[in-house]
Amino acid sequence: MSRKPRSAEEKRKSRSALRRMLAYIRPYRLFFVLSLISALVVCAAQLLVPVFSGDAIDAMIDLGRVDFAVIGEALLKIGIVTACSACAQWLLAYAGNRLTFSVVHDLRDEAAAKLQRLPLSYLDAHPTGDLLSRIISDAETIGDGLLMGFSQLFTGVIMIVGILCIMLRLNVAVTAIVALLTPFSIFVASFIVRRTSRYFKAQSEVRGEETALINEGIEGLKVVQSFGHEAESLKQFDAVNERLRTVSMKAVFYSSLTNPSTRLVNNIVYAAVVLVCALTAVGGSMTIGGMSIFLSYASQYAKPFNEISSVITELENALACAARIFALLDEPEELPDAEDAKAFTAKGDVDVQNVSFRYVPERPLIEDFTLKVRAGQRVAIVGPTGCGKTTLINLLMRFYDVDGGKILVDGTDIRSMTRHGLRSNYGMVLQDTWLKAGTIRDNIAFGRPDAADEEVVEAAKAAHIHSFIMRLPEGYQTVITENGGNLSQGQKQLLCIARVLLNIPPMLILDEATSSIDTRTEIRIQSAFARMMEGRTSFIVAHRLSTIREADVILVMRDGHIVEQGRHDELMALDGFYAKLYKSQFALS
Amino acid sequence: MKYLKALMREHRAESILAPLFKMLEASFDLLVPIVVARIINIGILNGDKAYILRNCGLLVLMALIGLVCSFTAQYFASRAATGISAKLRHNLYAHIQTLGFSDMDTIGISTLITRMTSDINQVQNGVNLFLRLFLRSPFVVIGAAFMAFRISPKIALIFVCGIAVLTVIVTGIMRITSPRYRRIQNDLDQVTGAARENLEGVRVIRAFGMEAREEEHFHAINQALRAAQLKTGKISALTNPLTYVTVNLCIILILYKGGVSVQEGSLLSGDVIALINYMNQILVELVKLANLIVSIAKAIASMKRVEQILDKKNEMIFPEAGERKWQRAEEAVRFEHVSATYRGAAGESLHDISFTAGTGQTIGVIGGTGSGKTTLVQLIPRFYEASAGKIFLEGRPIQDWTQEELRKHIGIVMQKAQLFTGTIRSNLLWGNASASDEMLWQALETAQAADFVRSNPDGLDARVEQGGRNLSGGQKQRLTVARALVMQPDILILDDSSSALDYATDAALRRALKKLPSEMTVFIVSQRTSSLRHADQILVLEDGHLAGKGRHEELMASCPVYREIHESQFRKGDEQHEQKAEER
Repeated sequence: MSRKPRSAEEKRKSRSALRRMLAYIRPYRLFFVLSLISALVVCAAQLLVPVFSGDAIDAMIDLGRVDFAVIGEALLKIGIVTACSACAQWLLAYAGNRLTFSVVHDLRDEAAAKLQRLPLSYLDAHPTGDLLSRIISDAETIGDGLLMGFSQLFTGVIMIVGILCIMLRLNVAVTAIVALLTPFSIFVASFIVRRTSRYFKAQSEVRGEETALINEGIEGLKVVQSFGHEAESLKQFDAVNERLRTVSMKAVFYSSLTNPSTRLVNNIVYAAVVLVCALTAVGGSMTIGGMSIFLSYASQYAKPFNEISSVITELENALACAARIFALLDEPEELPDAEDAKAFTAKGDVDVQNVSFRYVPERPLIEDFTLKVRAGQRVAIVGPTGCGKTTLINLLMRFYDVDGGKILVDGTDIRSMTRHGLRSNYGMVLQDTWLKAGTIRDNIAFGRPDAADEEVVEAAKAAHIHSFIMRLPEGYQTVITENGGNLSQGQKQLLCIARVLLNIPPMLILDEATSSIDTRTEIRIQSAFARMMEGRTSFIVAHRLSTIREADVILVMRDGHIVEQGRHDELMALDGFYAKLYKSQFALS
Repeated sequence: MKYLKALMREHRAESILAPLFKMLEASFDLLVPIVVARIINIGILNGDKAYILRNCGLLVLMALIGLVCSFTAQYFASRAATGISAKLRHNLYAHIQTLGFSDMDTIGISTLITRMTSDINQVQNGVNLFLRLFLRSPFVVIGAAFMAFRISPKIALIFVCGIAVLTVIVTGIMRITSPRYRRIQNDLDQVTGAARENLEGVRVIRAFGMEAREEEHFHAINQALRAAQLKTGKISALTNPLTYVTVNLCIILILYKGGVSVQEGSLLSGDVIALINYMNQILVELVKLANLIVSIAKAIASMKRVEQILDKKNEMIFPEAGERKWQRAEEAVRFEHVSATYRGAAGESLHDISFTAGTGQTIGVIGGTGSGKTTLVQLIPRFYEASAGKIFLEGRPIQDWTQEELRKHIGIVMQKAQLFTGTIRSNLLWGNASASDEMLWQALETAQAADFVRSNPDGLDARVEQGGRNLSGGQKQRLTVARALVMQPDILILDDSSSALDYATDAALRRALKKLPSEMTVFIVSQRTSSLRHADQILVLEDGHLAGKGRHEELMASCPVYREIHESQFRKGDEQHEQKAEER
């Protein structure tokens, strides 16, 4: 992951990412300042303790010539400085944590909130995994890299400046050697980093490949086992795993060369300092005590340089991740509701006027589509898979906006209604059942969290799922895991129906709502369905004949177009696509 | 940690050589002060420039040898770390494959994936750091104490006490924070879960206008994560100050004791400098160690999560491979008073089921949503264990068959159609790796999938993307049927495998299955009575009980539940159409 941004474009992005990060730090500037101050104290202590202990040593000249008063004073100073520094160290870590975790927390909160406001066109086009990794792991990397990097960079710079000042006061020539030679280690480090970046890139690629394989293998594990295919799957996994091992080995090894290499440079500098100091001391222009201070500072001076090179890599990494999160945060949101947007409980008239829509500009999908539905009518949508039934639902619910024409509900253009207002007029049951991780009760009461327990039970009974729920270990309080866990598809669908039954809006969208429910149960919940649809406008995607034939309007869709519309008998008389579809599906020759 | 230890033992050479070379490098570090002392004591005092030059050369040489040692150490450490993590991934993957269906149901798929990926990455990182640095630090600490002994045994006692206190601090903090890091990791899982849920449920959330509440929910979890991180951070932030205070207290003591010794004449001031240098070396190492502790603690937490899975053993016991060869009998399947309970469930999913399926028969299983159909058929390949009663396969108790024989001779098509990355061919070959193209086409033909495969320009070599997402539900379903047919099983189970097919295709599929010449015993789970009309025996399930068994006509006469199901599907009008579909 420690890939360096190369192109000018990426660099520019990183730079603006850095500027924006500062805005996130702003609310916590108190902690930022606190960490800077503590860093100063810590550095000062680090520079002072050798000086005080030097004072103490100077007071021990020889046998019987030890000045305990001076030593006592020096030791007291060390004690005080140590106490201060210890507090400052804890504060430094605390403030750093506070800053890091808070900024990461804020970024995640904002990104999660952003998800709720992004248009579905964006969410549909981006894989869940990619968005998740931005919110979770990219944010993590920012925390690890950017903010930790800041504090290390800061202490590093203070140390460098402080040591330089002290050394300059002692001896200019030796200081020059140290100051000029040490940065050389940065070049060595960046040289290695540049070489290793391609191994890291390769590693993350193979890792991605392996993750995909793991995903598939574990999600499909029941199938794997049922075919006794474990050995082959494992072999396939091992092949990728072995490649990952090889490439990881290279990435880990080559990147771990940085530290020893820079240490070599430092050790050589150290030897040079010893040499020059010793020769100067032989000449008599430096004391032995002075030399020992030099040596201790020379080794301390190298440390921040070594850190800086790794900090820079991490910073770049973090900025790249920040840029990815910001890209998400910058995505255009759904157009906000107009200020005078209306929200009302509709009667249920739906008027689709000359609507055209396309997902991609170059591929027209729905064109000049007109449909008039009066309140309480039942509209069935039929057509082969992938014909655009879902698109129609997307437009009615305003998950997507039309490109041309308009959709009116009770004579009001849905774009001049609030989205909440519009959607609260629809009850929706989709074929793709989605349930929350949480209790059964929470799921049924999803749309009305404040519903009374009796109402929830009532809805569950109407959906004929009550007796099943009562057999669960904790009844309505049973927690279901992500996406329904142990429930069968049919049970999930019944829960989704109960969810709508709890609070029935004036219009309904049922997309294969009963596809996984057995017919007997379906008949039993028929009364609930009948009550549900009574007087309500409903759009029904179904393949069950009885449902289709009872519809007031049948929309026949094909390749995104509404090719026919009318009642069953009319369409059969037309002998067009519907008749053909009907015959092929039900084999009426 | 037992698994990790075993793996380290497997990589014994690397695991020993890496720290060994690291220590060698560290020894050179420990020697530097002595060389410098000689330069001061001999070179400068005597004004011997050649001696100084020689010894500075020695310092450079030591640096170079140190570099070589260090490179060698890094090489072995990275080999060990990546080798161990690769092996751990292999072991975990292999182990997960042995888990039973009950285990998978209770553990959950997504957490298995996280443990396979990010947790093991953490472990790799931890092992690498451990080998490279974790052992080096104690070595330097002890080495410095040893050096101190050579200078002044009396003062070295301060070192010993100091080191004891430091050990308590470092291990104590690690022990306190390690379980907390594991909790933080779990909190992070929650945040990930909430974000995933928001993404996947976006349509429902918006339809119900619940955006604000979901945001609130995420906010709360996110907040909890931060609180946990901060709390743990407060504790681990103590490491640095505590070690710093201890070391400086030691320095104060050394200076005081040193002063007394110099006064007595038992020590020179230069020796005091050396002692303080060694104490400082200890501090430097401990600071490094403190920074490592977080990574190591995280790695330990991750390793524990991995171990949790590795410790989970499949409770089902199968006979040793090859112990018994598959032999067919008159009766393919017999259930005697079988009940089944899912792990963690309050009640039974199946209760007191008895039936016999003769070889070559077609058995229908019908019943409402949640009536136990899937549970029943999943008992046949022994995916789950019956909680009461006996199951016989081909005349023998099911426990007598080895897992391989069961898998080889029983084909099951599950409700959820799942394919795997590769080609159509590679997916079909799952059933039988040596099947010829002709056999594949035959299976596709029977499964009503030949047409759409043929219409693809690549035919059998058409790409299948991850999980089969580039195919429609109906296509996937037919391919999974074909995959099971390729293995030519003795017992074939179709668990509602035509739910995504229209009536005509469904009927054609059943006709094609009937025409298969084999002695195959077929179980068809369906919600449509029309699909089971011609079955030799139909099992009617109602809330986990067997409400009736027999042929269609018998059940129509004797089983009210069956009649009700039938009537629910064949209301006026529909019946003729389906009848015709059937007869065609």
